[in-house]
Amino acid sequence: MSRVRTTGLHVTSAALAVLFLLPLLWTLYSSLTGRQAAADGRGWGVANYQRLAEYGSGLGSYLVNTAVVALVAVTVTVVTTTLGGYAVARLPFPGRNLLFLVTLAILMVPYTTILVPLYILLGWLGLQNSLVGLGLVLAVLQLPFGLFMMRNSFAALPVELEEAALVDGCTVGGALRRVLLRGVLPGIVTVALFSFLAAWNEFVAPLIFLTDGAKFTLPLALFNLQSGSLGSVDFGALQAGVVASALPCVAVFLVLQRYYVRGFSSGALKG
Amino acid sequence: MVSPSPPALSPPTTPAPAPRRRHSLRRQRRRLGLLYAAPMAVLVAVLFVIPLGLMVWMSVNHWPLLGASAPNGVANYQALRDPLFLRAVWFTLRYTAVTTVVLGLVAFGLALLVQRNRPGVGIFRTIFFLPSAVGLAATSLLFYGLFNTEDSPLNQVVRAFGLGQVDWLGSTDSALGSTTGMITWRFAGFYMLILMTGLHSIDPVLHEAARVDGASRWQILWRVTLPLLRPTLALAAVLSLTGSLLAFDQFFILTGGRHDTATVVIDIYREAFLSQDLGRAAAVSVATLAVLIVLNVAQLRLLRREGR
Repeated sequence: MSRVRTTGLHVTSAALAVLFLLPLLWTLYSSLTGRQAAADGRGWGVANYQRLAEYGSGLGSYLVNTAVVALVAVTVTVVTTTLGGYAVARLPFPGRNLLFLVTLAILMVPYTTILVPLYILLGWLGLQNSLVGLGLVLAVLQLPFGLFMMRNSFAALPVELEEAALVDGCTVGGALRRVLLRGVLPGIVTVALFSFLAAWNEFVAPLIFLTDGAKFTLPLALFNLQSGSLGSVDFGALQAGVVASALPCVAVFLVLQRYYVRGFSSGALKG
Repeated sequence: MVSPSPPALSPPTTPAPAPRRRHSLRRQRRRLGLLYAAPMAVLVAVLFVIPLGLMVWMSVNHWPLLGASAPNGVANYQALRDPLFLRAVWFTLRYTAVTTVVLGLVAFGLALLVQRNRPGVGIFRTIFFLPSAVGLAATSLLFYGLFNTEDSPLNQVVRAFGLGQVDWLGSTDSALGSTTGMITWRFAGFYMLILMTGLHSIDPVLHEAARVDGASRWQILWRVTLPLLRPTLALAAVLSLTGSLLAFDQFFILTGGRHDTATVVIDIYREAFLSQDLGRAAAVSVATLAVLIVLNVAQLRLLRREGR
């Protein structure tokens, strides 16, 4: 490749990179320096974050609510798809293909269309306005990807590994726990990462399922902050909120990046 | 997304000891299989299969948000002739068309830009992907500030060009354009990654052969790369179409559905929780679902044929 062309590519990439980073950096910057950021008018300050911390039930409780939902979703997704993926990959049982197909069908049914019946159903189960109920629903949405990922992970392990453990006196469950889990760990991290990002950021499901302001998740509380005060939106606090909401996701993504890319290249997203 | 055909399941793998023990072992593994699959089966049944059935049942009932329900035939499906709903359909279709084209072109450009492994290219891939880690609701709130505060970089640039004050969300068309820009920022990296995976699966020998035969870069792109990329392009199209047809967060937050920017899902939400008529909301949901399933099946069939 000619040098001119290489330089051109680099310049284009760099310009685009600035464009992609700018909104994020601007929000971070203006949340710390905006008109209301410092107590004395101009300069750096955390006044926006202080107002956000005292908004509604308090930033702390919204963060805890969101974390509870994410924790339920991630735990349920990981446990059910690890067990289910192992069963589908290695244990022949009646209804195996049916379960696999019905689970994958969740992908074909866009979940916003079943939120209304889910709202009624959660009411019957006593899980309306419940963070656990919300976490369970969000876990179900992650099952197709999770099951596919874990089934492939178990199928990729050599059968000899399990046989050796069985010969050495392990039970099937013991072999899974002591030997196979280590082999599928990358798959588990990938599933957990996807599940966390989806649950932490979910907006429409909590909007419908949560009615009690004290149980709101962070995206929902921020939406209230923006839409609740018509005409006089506190942009400083809103920007602080966007930072609080985005920072954990950006951090988790940067640390676990290669697992994310793995999710794509493992074929789970390929045709 | 995943291939819809029942994938070839690996044959059951049982170690082979003495015949009688083998028999009981196999039964034991069957039982364990049922046991391990049970939690997932219960979740799928209760929170997916039953709600689907309930949705169809609700759509043929008068079902207020509060109070008793009663069957009312197909009266709820009148909602499909409501002018508000039809306007929402039209707007959603326009939004879907614009977004899919713009997003597709930008993502493909990015994928071409970063596909080759050069020093430093990893950083660019990460940066382009970074917005995809931010939630759609947080993105919408971020851009709400970007559009509506005077000293945001966006409004400063516009002022520098002497365009004065721009109302980014003030009309149907400006809201459509602004939202498309935001969605492109948020999702371009995601689709870039999908397209890049597709590009990497093309055998480099084919490009080499075309080059030896004297094809120009442009010819290689049109005659070699794009045809071989069709399965990946079809997948990206399915994801983008489905996502845009079901758009909710962005318009609900940016415009609240004002200026005729209500989408189909916003219409469902309004029927259910503002008009408090869950039956009509379910009817619109059933119709939307039917359309999307037909669309998905058609696309996937296309995708599979290209894949062979």
